[in-house]
This record gives sequence, C-alpha cells and structure tokens, in this order.
Amino acid sequence: MSAPLLAIRDLTVSFATRRGGHAFQAVSGVDLTVQSGEVHGVVGESGSGKSVTMLAVMQLLSQSATIAGSIMLDGQELTALSDRQMRKIRGARIGYIFQDPMTALNPLLTVGEQIAEAVRIHRGDVGHKHAVARAIDLLRLVAIPNPEKRANQYPHEFSGGMRQRAVIAMAMANEPDLLIADEPTTALDVTIQAQIMELLDQLRREKNIGIVLVTHDLGVVAGVAKSLSIMYAGRVVERGLVDDVFAAPHHPYTKGLLESLPQMDERVERLSAIAGAPPPISARPSGCPFHPRCPYVIERCRSERPVLRPVGPIDVACHRAEIVAADKGTLQDA
Amino acid sequence: MFAYVTKRLIAMPFLLLGVITVAFLLTHFTAADPLTSIIGERQMNNPEVVEAARQRWGLDRSLPEQYLVYLGNLVTGDFGTSFRTRQPVAQDLILRLPATLELVIAAMMLGTLFGITLGVLAARFRGGVIDNLARLFALIGASAPVFWSGLLVLFVFSVQLGWLPGPGRIDARAVAPPFVTGFFTIDTLLAGDWTGFRSVLLHLLLPASVLGWTVTGIVSRMVRASMLDVLSQEYILAARAKGASPVRVLLHHALRNAMLPTLTIIGFSFAYLITGAVLTETIFAWPGIGSYAVSAARGLDHPAIVGVTIIGGAAFLIANLLTDIAYAVVDPRVKLGAKAGA
Amino acid sequence: MSILSSRSASSRFVWPEWATLPLVGGGVVILAWIIIGLTIPWWTPYDPTNLAGMRFQPPGAEHWLGTDALGRDVLTRTLYGVRHSFPIAVFVIGCAVVIGCTLGAIAGYVGGWLDSVIMRFVDITLSFPPILLAMAVTASLGPGLGNAAIAMVIVWWPIYARLMRAQVLSVRSREHVEAAVASGASRSRVLIKHILPLCWSPIIVNATMDFGQVVLLAASLSFIGLGAVPPTPEWGQMISEGAIQFYRWWIALGPGLAILSVVLASNFLGDGLRDYLDPRAS
Repeated sequence: MSAPLLAIRDLTVSFATRRGGHAFQAVSGVDLTVQSGEVHGVVGESGSGKSVTMLAVMQLLSQSATIAGSIMLDGQELTALSDRQMRKIRGARIGYIFQDPMTALNPLLTVGEQIAEAVRIHRGDVGHKHAVARAIDLLRLVAIPNPEKRANQYPHEFSGGMRQRAVIAMAMANEPDLLIADEPTTALDVTIQAQIMELLDQLRREKNIGIVLVTHDLGVVAGVAKSLSIMYAGRVVERGLVDDVFAAPHHPYTKGLLESLPQMDERVERLSAIAGAPPPISARPSGCPFHPRCPYVIERCRSERPVLRPVGPIDVACHRAEIVAADKGTLQDA
Repeated sequence: MFAYVTKRLIAMPFLLLGVITVAFLLTHFTAADPLTSIIGERQMNNPEVVEAARQRWGLDRSLPEQYLVYLGNLVTGDFGTSFRTRQPVAQDLILRLPATLELVIAAMMLGTLFGITLGVLAARFRGGVIDNLARLFALIGASAPVFWSGLLVLFVFSVQLGWLPGPGRIDARAVAPPFVTGFFTIDTLLAGDWTGFRSVLLHLLLPASVLGWTVTGIVSRMVRASMLDVLSQEYILAARAKGASPVRVLLHHALRNAMLPTLTIIGFSFAYLITGAVLTETIFAWPGIGSYAVSAARGLDHPAIVGVTIIGGAAFLIANLLTDIAYAVVDPRVKLGAKAGA
Repeated sequence: MSILSSRSASSRFVWPEWATLPLVGGGVVILAWIIIGLTIPWWTPYDPTNLAGMRFQPPGAEHWLGTDALGRDVLTRTLYGVRHSFPIAVFVIGCAVVIGCTLGAIAGYVGGWLDSVIMRFVDITLSFPPILLAMAVTASLGPGLGNAAIAMVIVWWPIYARLMRAQVLSVRSREHVEAAVASGASRSRVLIKHILPLCWSPIIVNATMDFGQVVLLAASLSFIGLGAVPPTPEWGQMISEGAIQFYRWWIALGPGLAILSVVLASNFLGDGLRDYLDPRAS
C-alpha cells in the first residue's frame, strides 16, 4: 500500500483559557489514517474532539489553539506550512463540508458566485465566465436540477438538502484529493440524509477521493465507510474496519453506540444505552476517561489510562477489551 | 418589495402634511412680533405703515385662515416671501439647497468611509490599541460641538499650517461658476474650470471632514459590532476553508454582510448631518440652507423659518424612505419576505 | 465577596462589581461640574462678567485660558457656564420625561384612538431635524435661554413618549399584570402599581445620555444667537464670541472642552447605567 492520503500522528490540540491560565486539551494523541478512494468514519458525541481534529487538519482553529503532532497530506507535513502555503491546500487539495448548510453559505452572494469563487481563488487563469460555467457543471455534478437557473439564486432560495449539495459542489470545485465532511447530514431531514450520503459515496467512486466522514451517528457510517475511528473525550478509543467493529465492538463505548442505534432516528445525540454524559473538556476524569459511565469498570480503569492496542483485527483503548468483545449481552445487562 | 415601497410612498403625503401643519403651528404661536422685523422699530409707531404691512403679509387674518392660505400657496410651490430678502422663499431655498447638499453628501461620504474603515480595523484588532484609538476618535467626533471643532480645524489647518483655504465655497478671488446644478464641484467641471474645481474641492474638505466626523462614530460602532457578529458565522469559516485570503474574507465576505445593519445607521446619521450642517455652515460661511435658517431665525423671518423647517422635515422623511428601499435592494432575503408577505 | 476576590485575586483593592470604568468616570466628571457650579462664587479670583485684565491675553500664569475681547478671564467664564447649562438641561430633561412618559404611558395602556393621536403627533415631531425645530420654536417665542428651553422640551418629549409606550406595552402582557387585572384591580391602579415601576430603567438610561445632548443643543442655540445673550457666560455664547476672533484660539477652547466633557461624561454614565440596570442589553 502506498503512503496514506491523510496521516495524523499523535495530534494534540490545546486551547489557552482567556486569562492565560492552564490550557485544556481538546484532542490528545490522536492517530488517524485515511486512504485514497475510501471513506473513513470518525464517530463521537459532541465535545469528543472530532471537529477540532478536522479543523486542525485545515489549520482553521482560532488563535488560542496550540497544535502538536504531525498531520501529513500525501507525504506533505501540513503543520509546518505558513498560512499562505496552507491557503493553497484549503479548498484545492482538501474540500470541507460543514454541518449546517443554512449557515455555511454567505447569504448575500448567489450560490453560483460562491462556487465560482472557490474555483477562482485557486485558478487565477480562469476568467469569471469560465468560473461560472464550471460552477454550473459542479451543480450538475451534485445533481441539482436546472443548474443554470440555480446558480443565479441566493442560498435562501434553496431547500436544506439542495443547500448541502451546493456546499458539496463548493468543496468539490477544485477536484480535491480529500473531502472532510463534518456532520454533513445532521441538519437535514432523514430521507435527505440518505441522498446526500449516496452523493458523497458516488463522488468517492467516480473521483477516487478520500473522505473523512465526521458524525455522531454510527448508522450514517455503516452504509458508506470502510473503516472508522471512535473518539471519546479527545482520544481515539477504537479503530478498525467497519465490518470488524460492527461484528464485535471491543470498547464498551462503541458497544453502547451500536446498541442505541435503532433509537437514533432524527437527531438524538444523547445515547440511551449509555448512562451519564460525556465529561466536559475542563474536567476529564483520571484513568480511562470513560470509566464513570462504564459498566465493565474495574479498579485499574480509574487509575491507569488504557492505550490503543491491537486486539484481533481491531485497535482498542480498553483494559477489558477482550471481555467486552466476548460479551454477547447488552451494555445495560453488564 | 414593490408592495412595501408603494405602501411607504402612499404614507408620505400624509406625513408631509403633518410636518407642514406642525411647522406652521409651532412657528405661529408668536410672542415676538414679526412686524418689528419687517418695517423696523421706528415705524412701529406709524399706524398706517403697520396696517399696510399687516395686510401685505396676511398677518391680519385669523390663524386657521393663514394656515389654509399657506397650504394653498404651498401646493403651487409658493412658500411665501421672505421678510428679509424680499425674495420668494422657494427661490431662496432652491438657490441655497445645492450648497447644503454638496456639503452633506461630501460629509456623508467622508464620514461613512472613515467609519467603515475604523469599524473594520477595530473588529479585526478587537481589544487592541487600534480598537481603542478608533473608539476614542469616533467618540470625540460625536461629542464635540461642530461649531467648536470647526473653529479649531479652521485655525490649525488654515491659519497655522496654511494647508487648506479658509471659509467659503470657492477662492474669494475666483469667480463662482455659472449656475447649472448649483453644485460647485459639478459646475466648475462643466465650465472646464480646473483651477476652480480644485479650489472648490479644497474648500469642501474642511467643513465636510468636520461634519463627517460627527457620524464616524455612529457608523464605526455599528460596523464593528456587526463585523464581530458576522465574523463568527460559519460561512466565514467556509470561505476560509475554500482557501480565501484573510483580506478577501474580511472585505468580500464579512464586510458585505456587516453593511446591512450599517445601512440603516447611515440613514439615521442623516439626522445628525442636517443638525450639524446648520452649525457647520455658520462657521464656514457656507451659503446653504443651514446658514439661511440661522439668519431667518435670528431675523424672525417667519415665512423663511417655516419653509426651512418643512424642507428639513421632508429631507428627513425622504432619507428614511431611501434607507428602507436601499436595505430591501441590498439584502436578497428582504425581497423574498415581502413577496411572501404580499 | 468571595466571588469578587477570586476573580481578581492579584490586585489588593477590589472594585465592587457595579463600579465599572464608564460609570465611575462619567459620574466623577458630572459630579465635579455640579460641585463647581454650586461653589464657584467663593473661590474664583475673577468675576465672570467684568474686566479681569488686558484684552486678548493668551493662556499664561495669570489667566490659564487667556482673556477674551473684553479682557474677561476665559477660565472663570467657562466654569461659571455650568450654572447656565446644567439647570437648563435638568429642566428640559425633567419636563420631557414627565410629559413624554405620561403621554406614552397613556398611549400604551389605554390604546385605541388616543394611542393613535398621540403617536402620530410623536411621529411627526420626530420627523424634524431637532435643531431646525428648536430654532423655529425659539424664533417664534423670541430669543432667550428660557424660550430655548421650552423649544427643547417640545423637541424632546416625543422620544420619551415612544420609549415609555414601548415599555408599557411589553410590561402589561406579563403574568403578574394579568393576575392583577384578574383580581379586579382598577385600571389606574394596575398602571401605577404594577406596570410603571418596571418601566423606568431605559428611561433613566436615556435621560442620562440625553443630558449631554441637551447641553449641546442649548449651546448650539446660544451659538446661533437664539439662546443666551451677552454678557451671559454661556458656553455656546462664548464660542460664538470666540468664532468672531477665531485667530485667538483660546477664547473658544475652554467652553468647547467643557461641552465635550459633559457630553462624553453623560454618554459614559448612561452606558454604565445601562450595563448596571440591565446587564442583558450589553
């Protein structure tokens, strides 16, 4: 296998507090690998650090953030780039799809202008006319009907699903190698969600791009992703091929996520199968961050933080992974 | 949007009638006798002269009668005859309106330009030195009396430094351009008089800056606040994710959106500009409506005072209407709202 | 106290929470002017209206802000000016608040045709540039500070009427008011006991901010020649004397700075009061 498209190694992101007090780690020692032509799911509840990780890849975090570790795109170290160099990566080699298409489009510019802008920022030689023509092509690519007319409309004239298609068109404007989709369907109606996921998968097949699909919904990942990483409290707790993880989750958190799937219609982020809530970023527990909510908890979990280790085909950060994997009962029974 | 504008346009005449009525009433509860200023104090003892003047100016009729006569004349564009200049008030106003408009428009352009620049910088460097300096500069502009700051800049830039000319619209030795539009900037250009044009611009700079300074604060504070609001929106992050440069993000994406709330404030600042124009014109010997109003008020020139007040009120109403229309034109969302509402 | 000290544990003196910089700074300046106005006859070496030295002396040790065309001390006159500006501003704001709030409360609470009539009158009055209206009324009543004050009341009351009406409308729909109505309280009792006490904070904030604006407009009218008449040491009047002699910059400097300080201070004070009375608004 060649060098991975995206390789994040030991990424740590910390935020300084306003008064210069001690920093909080939003992301701690995250490793992540994405190959060309495959969808990698990053799953976790809000506050688990998944979005922060992705914004770190784009280097779009606020100035109070400090990044440590390595982020390689196709063998190129992104953390070493200046902002000017990074601008040539953003939108050109990495496309970014935001969670809420209602807010990700500038209300005062037509949809066509915004897509054309994405083209022209990176292709100085493309004239305005050609950029608009390209924008129309892109709208056609994402299956927006009547793209010539739609290009001249403003975002508020689009429905939610159409808007997200426009955002995807914008992200695809320069045929990037990598698409980062940050909760691309969360703000949409259920049936529209399926259409958008199908569109992303189709783009992956046709253009052979790598996609990072960030979501809190394992169900979304199940359909399209080949591999996935589960994040909890700023760390990756389980990682592997979707088939393997779904067949036998090794981390109790993953187990809980899977069990709560059927009830996860609509946009329920709270997981009914797992008691309690994820810890706030400022007060993460000692030892295993999941231990206060974990039914398999033993004394060791409270004091010693488990590291990611291979168990069968899966990497997992749990002292009791073998027991969890073997347990056929539900989380609540445990 | 069309329905909205029509509704506003239909309301206009009624508001104007109200403005005329109030202006007329407030200036006719007179304690001071305008007769004194017409015929002079010495002639007040001469009953014949007094009676003749009374009849001539319609002062012998009852108030409601005077009002109806005034309203009737107004319809034909007759604001009455000034006690002082002995000219029709309408003619006085038309001759002087361009000077005021030229000053107010120049001031609005300067003030808005400065206000937007300061507001954008303040938002970009929020909490820093630039932010605080911008706030101080704007605050002083809004708080200092123009008739005082006008004096100071006149003293500094004209007398001490000699960089800019003193009061007046054009160099005293130069000949005023032939009256076409009444805007000296335009008229000198039409006459091909480049020296005159330059002189007019230089003369315009000080009064327009002083007057514009008064609204810099209103504009910059609004721009700053709405810029901060806009900069936290996701589409700004989306623009950066496209690879847009910081300047492009700031000006093309953020400022455009921040200008929406700012537009209303620019219309609102028109109120300040009119008030300021009255006083600025006095300081800079500017032959506009403002200085006309001041001499009319000092000379108890009733027809002129009522005329000026009505024109001022009308200007206010029109400015507000234009602001609302501009808002609807710039924001694509307003169009839809009006369509759905109609 | 424990919350406060933990917030700024490093500094030894702990400011109380309400003592923000705008509130204290603005308050100190206004208070200083009030003290000056009350005590000034006892401590100035010069008389405000009589000759104090050579004419047109630039600022120096004898006359800190110089002397004017009649040889009067500019600083003394400037300080005396507060005795004209402040009483006028208090009178104008007081009358405008009383008239405006009464009519606004009636309009908001009674509604119907009375509301329409009052508010149309408010709309029309507010559609004039304030200075033109004030000039027209003053000219009609005859020049003089007293008439200028009356003119300014006419200009200002609609602002409070509009404000008060909006307040009453928002408060009257609250539950405790509806409860009072349901329990059979009379309309005037509901208005006075249950609605009005909750309406005051924006009125107070606005009145504080407008204080400086009234001082400014009064000075403007005097500057034009419609307010104070010579030899009154009124700020606007003094600046107009300075304008004639504007090569002698110091004559207008004192009164200009005085107006600036009052307008700035009342702005800050109003801002601070708003934050204090209604923290959500900021």
